[in-house]
Amino acid sequence: MILGAIYAIHAKDILSAVITGGIVGYSLVICFLLLKAPDLAIVQIVVETITLILMVAVVLDSSRTEAYSKLDTQGWVTAGTAVLILLILFWFMKTASAPLDHFGQGSLRMADAYVNGAMDKTGSANLVTGVVFDFRGYDTLGEATVLVTAVLGVLTILRIKGKK
Amino acid sequence: MKGMTIIVKKTTQLIAGIIFLYGIYIILHGHLTPGGGFAGGVILAGSFILLILANGSDFLNLVREESGSTLYENLSILVFLLLALTGLLAGANAFFANWLPHGIPGELVSAGFLPLYNIFVGIEVAASILTIFLALIIFKEEVLR
Repeated sequence: MILGAIYAIHAKDILSAVITGGIVGYSLVICFLLLKAPDLAIVQIVVETITLILMVAVVLDSSRTEAYSKLDTQGWVTAGTAVLILLILFWFMKTASAPLDHFGQGSLRMADAYVNGAMDKTGSANLVTGVVFDFRGYDTLGEATVLVTAVLGVLTILRIKGKK
Repeated sequence: MKGMTIIVKKTTQLIAGIIFLYGIYIILHGHLTPGGGFAGGVILAGSFILLILANGSDFLNLVREESGSTLYENLSILVFLLLALTGLLAGANAFFANWLPHGIPGELVSAGFLPLYNIFVGIEVAASILTIFLALIIFKEEVLR
């Protein structure tokens, strides 16, 4: 997964960079399956495929070569600042996550109520659907609204010529 | 937009219906097995995208299809919102209240409102992804003219 990401940055041809970017997405599917999240795995594998098709179609219509340029002084300063900020953020993350429980082993009070009570309260055999559409209904409504807004934005940008 | 060779056309005509049925299965069984509105909706959109990519389509046909998918998308999000609002009128007086009878867990018709939410979110996701795809293709056709 990490190798695919690194190769995608350094690839000369944009098409191969897009396809190695696909490697990252498909390895994420395997990660989801290993973490016992089949719902997410289904969504991820289909979305990854459609995105890859779209990206390949876009790349085939463009020039396919990336414009390279030598780093000047300002470039080095920018790169140095980026690395510095990355280190500071990593240190903050390490400090903030030190008092937390080990991943997947701590006992969360909210999760306990969800896992044990969802079946009786929602009558849904699939726990994820019970949480997504019943306990967290507002979140799902927000997601659907975000999707509609994204489509509206795309139509506004792309279809100006057609509406005239 | 031109289509591909006849081998690809025949194969996609055989496969696309099965993919469509699989998406419907994922949506309808969302409250029983892994999956649900989001995953099934993307699969439905995928079957349409497969057909369009392989068979090609006329420009006017694409425009008509796009207006149809926009209509379905907006209507289904509206119905989703209205279904959530019915919780205010009946039963527990709460937004997103699940006031239909729950039934026996594990059967197809059970869990009250959850299958209905799944169906409408599935239609909405499928229509919106198809709309974005069609908008990109139509934009390309307009630029090429």
